[in-house]
Amino acid sequence: MKAVITVIGRDTVGILAKVSTECASKGANIIDVTQSVMSGMFTMIMLVELDGLNSDFSELVSSLEALGEKIGMKVHVMHEDIFNSMHRI
Amino acid sequence: MINTKDILETIDMIDNENLDIRTITMGISLLSCADSDISRSAQKVYDKVTCSAEKLVETGEYIERTYGIPIINKRISVTPVSMLLAASGGDPLVYARAMDNAARELGVNFIGGYSALVHKGFSAGDRELILSIPQALAQTEFVCSSVNIGSTKAGINMDAVALMGGVVRECALLTADRNCIGAAKLVVFMNAPEDNPFMAGAFHGPGEPDLVINVGVSGPGVVRAALAKCPDGNLTEVADIIKKTAFKITRMGQLVGTVASSRLGVPFGIVDLSLAPTPAVGDSVAHILEEMGLETCGIPGTTAALALLNDAVKKGGVMASSHVGGLSGAFIPVSEDAGMIDAARDGVLSIEKLEAMTSVCSVGLDMVIVPGGTSAETISAIIADEAAIGMVNAKTTAVRIIPAIGREAGEELEFGGLLGSGPIMKVNDSRSSAKFVSRGGRIPAPLQSLKN
Repeated sequence: MKAVITVIGRDTVGILAKVSTECASKGANIIDVTQSVMSGMFTMIMLVELDGLNSDFSELVSSLEALGEKIGMKVHVMHEDIFNSMHRI
Repeated sequence: MINTKDILETIDMIDNENLDIRTITMGISLLSCADSDISRSAQKVYDKVTCSAEKLVETGEYIERTYGIPIINKRISVTPVSMLLAASGGDPLVYARAMDNAARELGVNFIGGYSALVHKGFSAGDRELILSIPQALAQTEFVCSSVNIGSTKAGINMDAVALMGGVVRECALLTADRNCIGAAKLVVFMNAPEDNPFMAGAFHGPGEPDLVINVGVSGPGVVRAALAKCPDGNLTEVADIIKKTAFKITRMGQLVGTVASSRLGVPFGIVDLSLAPTPAVGDSVAHILEEMGLETCGIPGTTAALALLNDAVKKGGVMASSHVGGLSGAFIPVSEDAGMIDAARDGVLSIEKLEAMTSVCSVGLDMVIVPGGTSAETISAIIADEAAIGMVNAKTTAVRIIPAIGREAGEELEFGGLLGSGPIMKVNDSRSSAKFVSRGGRIPAPLQSLKN
């Protein structure tokens, strides 16, 4: 299973590092990352492979959401199928 | 990797435009629970419902968490209880209590199916069940009820229509101390669908499989936001935008239904392609019509705008789903829609205009609050009018009307939650419809029913 992690908020130092570290600690393997900063707004989208997850998915979601709150960013973790089904025929 | 713009669009829809799955509804057949002993039959109902839907809430929560999409309600619909009553006889309230207890045990939001299908006449159990509806809805918390009083094939059972005016009033009277909430949990149908996941009118039709999962989607806010990005497009462009948006919304419903069905080991029935509003700001069907260029919902042009919206929602949704069913169309429940509430409060939206609107969209006069003094005969006559629209146009129509006991037009009722609040609307009842209603009998099925 793959999930999409999005991180949106004001740009600060070390966002990518903190999110990546959290993913690594849970065993989520990052397979693609894209990020942009426009007018100080930071948007990062990460595709992660979850087959090696060392906790359950719900725990990964909670820990990343908690991290988002701590660094003042809005974090979503969603199964990739929701995007595939909404936007691909 | 998936397109960045698509990902951000989905997140924006959920975070800012109130995109959600309104309900995952498990349909459960109770035909196997029929027994000549009512206590035994009610126990079988409780056991079958609690056993079949044991993991429904848990599954809904899993999907919410994994896919990041809010699922507002988890619900259950069951076989019309009048069918069990036909076999068992006895006090129908025994079934209402069994259903309520099962819903409480499971943690679902509603259980529908305290129902009777009497479009051509009453069979054993039907009349007893209908007469018990006011008590059932007053004494239970989760039970919802519906009665089908007509169909395009059968015509309109005017004896049932006459009966239902009094039942609706009685539902309001018995719950007068709770904002007449009983009447908000009763739907009187014409051409009732057997696979509708939406309450209060959900029941599990006799032609359905033993268990089934149906999904109802929502998303008026998403459609309004999409239209706001095209302020000067012509109506062909407006229709195209709605179709594309409805497609995306429905695909999400299809995904959720497929996952729920597979995890529960229950067949997936249908996606109900509906735009279901909530009282929340930015989740209104009326505001979509206003985005199209109407200053307020209810003025001339409203019916045309709604017809366009309803048709485009279906066209966009139908390709997104393998099976479409239920009510499928835009809902216009007055008290559940911020734009409708404002329009009714300002006196711009009348019951007569709502009636016209129901000829081009799904459902009918929904969550309309009328003065407490509105007579049973007038309510029956309103039901008959709505039923006639459904019968002639071969579509579902319904009446969910709430007489605000002890209150007059211009005052307000507050239900809270998804049911919202709304002004009491004026009814054109200065002259009586009583004689017409009291004639009884059946309005014959129209010519368009003879399709064979």
